[in-house]
Amino acid sequence: MTTETEHRTPNYMAIFWWLAGLTIVEVGYSSILPHSHKAALIIGLVGFAAIKASLVALYFMHLRFERKSLGIIVASTLILGCILVSVGIGEAVLPRP
Amino acid sequence: MEAIALAHGHGHAHEEEYTTTGIPHDKMGMWVFLCSEVMFFTGLIGSYIVLRFASPFWPQPSTVLNIPLTAMNTFILICSSVTMVQALAAIQRGDAAKMKLFLSLTLLGGSIFLSIQGVEYWKLLHEHTTHYPTGFNPHVSLFGSIFFTTTGFHGFHVLCGVICIAFVTGKAFLGKYTQAHHQGIETIGLYWHFVDLVWIVLFTIIYLI
Repeated sequence: MTTETEHRTPNYMAIFWWLAGLTIVEVGYSSILPHSHKAALIIGLVGFAAIKASLVALYFMHLRFERKSLGIIVASTLILGCILVSVGIGEAVLPRP
Repeated sequence: MEAIALAHGHGHAHEEEYTTTGIPHDKMGMWVFLCSEVMFFTGLIGSYIVLRFASPFWPQPSTVLNIPLTAMNTFILICSSVTMVQALAAIQRGDAAKMKLFLSLTLLGGSIFLSIQGVEYWKLLHEHTTHYPTGFNPHVSLFGSIFFTTTGFHGFHVLCGVICIAFVTGKAFLGKYTQAHHQGIETIGLYWHFVDLVWIVLFTIIYLI
């Protein structure tokens, strides 16, 4: 079986400007929004960070163009990581009986 | 039935290598290593989140840390990630001169990042503020402890990356990489992008929230 994973080179500079722009927006968002609005601050900043991390993984690490098997390996790790953090947060936040 | 595939990864544009996954072995090895690193940093970031949620008092990071300096450092690391991927794209086109240039720029970017982090640490440890009269260090608070542990481990990863990139750049100047054979650049590039990705998350969680 022959497989082809060759792909057209993405526009790396476009990704770079998105990453730089999102970093500026992130810093501005955290400094403008009052820290009393904790939920909006956390949701917004984690959202920006998730977009930036996805851009790096998909385009710079070429995950978008890789085989599905590699995507499944990485996704499994991320799911396990999310479970680990969620359990920890639940333990810290939820009231104890 | 064992599936045998011919890998045509980024580093093997013109040479064929038999693998059971269709992915070059060294690239697969790096991805498995990076998955273990994801769990390592998840443990650190998870600990930070849990400690912060569980603590009744936690300083606002912007009152202790230098956000503009670190934002600039984040920008530098993103730039170095771009130059790394441009180095790979250059050798895939057969442009060895551009590859050497971009690898050197990546090395420079990583070194600047480490230098700025060193300056940040030195200032935190030695500047006496009203909140931290003896300086902000791992002993003064839970925040200090987890801050230096997490960013210190990331800095160590950057240092390892800089050493590896220096090695790869040296090989590039010796003419060891060609359009047909350049898997080493892609493999270390994956590590470098991962270090950048982790910093994007750390910067948000530790410095901005």
